[in-house]
Amino acid sequence: MSRVPSYQDVESREGVLAPPGRLRSVPGIIRRNPLLAVGAALCIAIFLVAVLAPLIATYPEDAGSAVHPLQTLEPPSAQHYFGTDQVGRDVFSRVVYGARISPVIAVLVLAISVLIGVPLGIAAGYFGGAVDEVIMRVTDVFLAFPALLLALAFAAVMEPSIKNTVIAISVTWWPWYTRIVRGQAASVTGRPFVESAKATGIPHRRILLRHVLPNSITPVIVQVSLDVGGVILTASALSFLGLGAQDPTPDWGLMVSQGQAFFTTQWWLVTFPGAAIFLTAVAFNLLGDGLRDVLDPRRVLTTR
Amino acid sequence: MTRFVVRRLALAALVVLGVVVLTFVVARVVPGDPAATWAGPRARPEQIERAREELGLDRPLPAQIGQYLAGITTGDWGVSLRTRRPVLEDIARRAPASIELVTVAMLLAIGVGVPLGLIAARWKGGFPDMGSRLVAIVGVSMPAFWLAIVLQLVFFQRLHILPVAGSYDPDLDYTSPLRSITNMPIVDSLITGNWAVFGSALRHVVLPAIVIAAYPVGVITRMVRASVLDTIGEDHVRMVRALGFSERSVFARFALRHAWSPVVAVLALVFAYALVNTFLVEAIFNRPGLGSYAADAIGALDTPAILGVTLFVAIVYVLGNLVVDIVQATIDPRIRVS
Repeated sequence: MSRVPSYQDVESREGVLAPPGRLRSVPGIIRRNPLLAVGAALCIAIFLVAVLAPLIATYPEDAGSAVHPLQTLEPPSAQHYFGTDQVGRDVFSRVVYGARISPVIAVLVLAISVLIGVPLGIAAGYFGGAVDEVIMRVTDVFLAFPALLLALAFAAVMEPSIKNTVIAISVTWWPWYTRIVRGQAASVTGRPFVESAKATGIPHRRILLRHVLPNSITPVIVQVSLDVGGVILTASALSFLGLGAQDPTPDWGLMVSQGQAFFTTQWWLVTFPGAAIFLTAVAFNLLGDGLRDVLDPRRVLTTR
Repeated sequence: MTRFVVRRLALAALVVLGVVVLTFVVARVVPGDPAATWAGPRARPEQIERAREELGLDRPLPAQIGQYLAGITTGDWGVSLRTRRPVLEDIARRAPASIELVTVAMLLAIGVGVPLGLIAARWKGGFPDMGSRLVAIVGVSMPAFWLAIVLQLVFFQRLHILPVAGSYDPDLDYTSPLRSITNMPIVDSLITGNWAVFGSALRHVVLPAIVIAAYPVGVITRMVRASVLDTIGEDHVRMVRALGFSERSVFARFALRHAWSPVVAVLALVFAYALVNTFLVEAIFNRPGLGSYAADAIGALDTPAILGVTLFVAIVYVLGNLVVDIVQATIDPRIRVS
């Protein structure tokens, strides 16, 4: 029983994943799914912008608390591609440095959510009975809050900061993973190879780690890639409301919020940071949507 | 069936109870002191102490929660620290306008999303499919607050076509004042025959509704597509196809009929999501409603109001899901068993 069962072992009609059989080659995937390729390329581009920010930004010091009183609110020009903001900082440089913030928030939130949600979901699905009942009712309570509302409530009672944004969103995000994993784990637990492992007297911990977890994790991977965009939107909504990152952090949502006061005359302050949020969300959603088709053709779009 | 409904009702009540307890615990770790807010900025310490007693804040947390729960059942949701009116009264006054806005947005989203999803499923893998997928992804990737500002910029600043603030033209309050019956401007003006306000309200609702509809359009499109494709793969549809019915009638007469159930389910979820999005959108478009009420409450750390709005949205959400569950169980007996 030391072999981790392959997908073929658990292939079934009850929601366990089909083998990724059509995963032939990279060019094949791109041809079948051009949007996935576009999404992946955009994600790589965003990653590169974040890593190479000091090289790409034309005025790296403007990402911080620099102030240039003589060049405030200048429209886009050859010197300042996206214009300057209310204290004279280069908007282009700040947007570039923003690529280091939103994606990192998303990664942290999703890592925390997976670490909380997956073990709970596996426990609920594997043990069933009272354990299942308790875990899933608690999950239901959290799911009954739309994510943004609960995040708002949490963020409002805590000091506004990026750290607390991450905490506030994580609190609302983990139940989705519990719910996804529970169904998957329950279905795997019913399979003969798990039954026989139980009958052989193999300890629960070992069955969970070697059989249930590996066979329940693919939908989680798909969901994570689909959720990056959602977390970025939620985080930027929080900072737009002043409940997230604070000045001088070059956070996109915060920049839109600060630019709102000037938007009738200085359109560039709002337009470029917002477009960056939108593009990043599109990139990750294209990637996630495409990955779902490749890894998991049967699941449909979940919503929150 | 009765047992199923009773069980679902009990679970729904349990969830609402959990939501209350959770919000209460969160609200109590607020750094601000509700008693001090209530007593006002120039209150003496003994006045704050009296306010604390009045508000029941000197009692242990479980007792406070118990009192709050008892209050909810009798319609006493506490008093707002900011408006000094009963929270339930505030919500009753502000929520209808938001619900009207979200309903308009949902109708828009269904009107766009359902056809798009059907087209995608009909020509699966082709250009219509890819196009609809792109629209769906753009919809779910759109930051609502940004879209709102950009639309204001384009339609008001540049094109001067649509109004960007308020629920209707305030000048009309002098020439043809609106009588409030339901607190929904479009509905009220329609039933009182106030056509000036009706036209103005319709024009004012367009942009906010587009902003709120963006996300639901994406979700509905994808859901319709997935659901139709699922049904088309089922044996009875294959059978119909094997009997030689045209692709068009297979699609229209057999596949569509069974594809609605998951779409209805997702509508309930999306409605609650859209209701929360009004928090951002109403503030930007300067529309009075539950969203701007909640935004003000959060800004002022008005705990009873925050609690009340959270509870209200949770109830809408739980009830929505409950209705969907029951409707689905009525249509599809398989659900009742599990």
